[in-house]
Amino acid sequence: MIRNVSPIALTAFVTGASFGAIAVAAHIPIWLVCAMSLLVFAGGSQFMVVGIVAAGGSPIAAVFAGLLLNARHLPFGLAIGDVLGERLATRVIGSHILVDESVAFAMAQGDRKRAKAAFWTCGLALLLTWNSGTLVGALIGQVIGDPNRFGMDAAFPAAMFALVLPALKDRVTLRVALLGAAIAVATTPFLPPGIPVVLAALGVIAALPTRKKAVTA
Amino acid sequence: MTLAVVLALAAGTYGIRFAGPQLRNRITVPARVQMLLSMAATALLLALVAVNAFVPGGKFGGWALAAGVFVGGVAAWRKVPFVLVVVLAAATTAALRLVGVA
Repeated sequence: MIRNVSPIALTAFVTGASFGAIAVAAHIPIWLVCAMSLLVFAGGSQFMVVGIVAAGGSPIAAVFAGLLLNARHLPFGLAIGDVLGERLATRVIGSHILVDESVAFAMAQGDRKRAKAAFWTCGLALLLTWNSGTLVGALIGQVIGDPNRFGMDAAFPAAMFALVLPALKDRVTLRVALLGAAIAVATTPFLPPGIPVVLAALGVIAALPTRKKAVTA
Repeated sequence: MTLAVVLALAAGTYGIRFAGPQLRNRITVPARVQMLLSMAATALLLALVAVNAFVPGGKFGGWALAAGVFVGGVAAWRKVPFVLVVVLAAATTAALRLVGVA
């Protein structure tokens, strides 16, 4: 488990460092940059909001855009919310680490117990590396340069693909996921960021004609 | 950029994340719906893959990125260990960019 989480956690560290560097370059005080990574803990929306505000955009529009991007976490929570546990306390803490990677890791597991372990291990590891990365990046600033030079932008989708692959063995799930991904890519040029990914849920129409049958998660 | 912006984004994001598990816990979800939810979540994850591989930021992300994700994808499909999948994807994209592929 830890061996599998490590590369994702490392990617989060490098990306977090680039966020810290970019945010400091946009004249945001270090304490605020670190507070943002700790409290928001959603990389894409953090880059987006800093980018919009730095470009002179309205703060309200920036927050709205960031929240649209994070809207996908609602269906994620609906799908795997049970791995957070029954107690309110664990759901309060678990909700904060409900991120793309922890959801994908949980869903890639065969049974509930392993899914739970995967969710918490991945979520907490990312919380640690994303925030330490942000701090390091904010401190050393411009030295980091563009993380995409190291192919960091390819690491995230490749890792996520490896995690969804087992679920795609099921024929119906494969049809649903392919239709959903096609909808998302096709609508991306026309819709605000975040919405196309949520629209991918419409892929379930590919499952509706089928009869009830057991599906291996 | 102010503390208010950070707090608003943080509160909204947390609200979105808290609502899902909470809703799920309140209502009993029929097995059929649960199965569809799980499929929808898989579709969302694959959509994240596709969007980030081909159209990050709303337009084509370049051949170096697409090729890197493709190499990682093939590696994953051939059951290469997870760590290597991630490293191969990043290394392919980095190497292509180094030699000038956009």
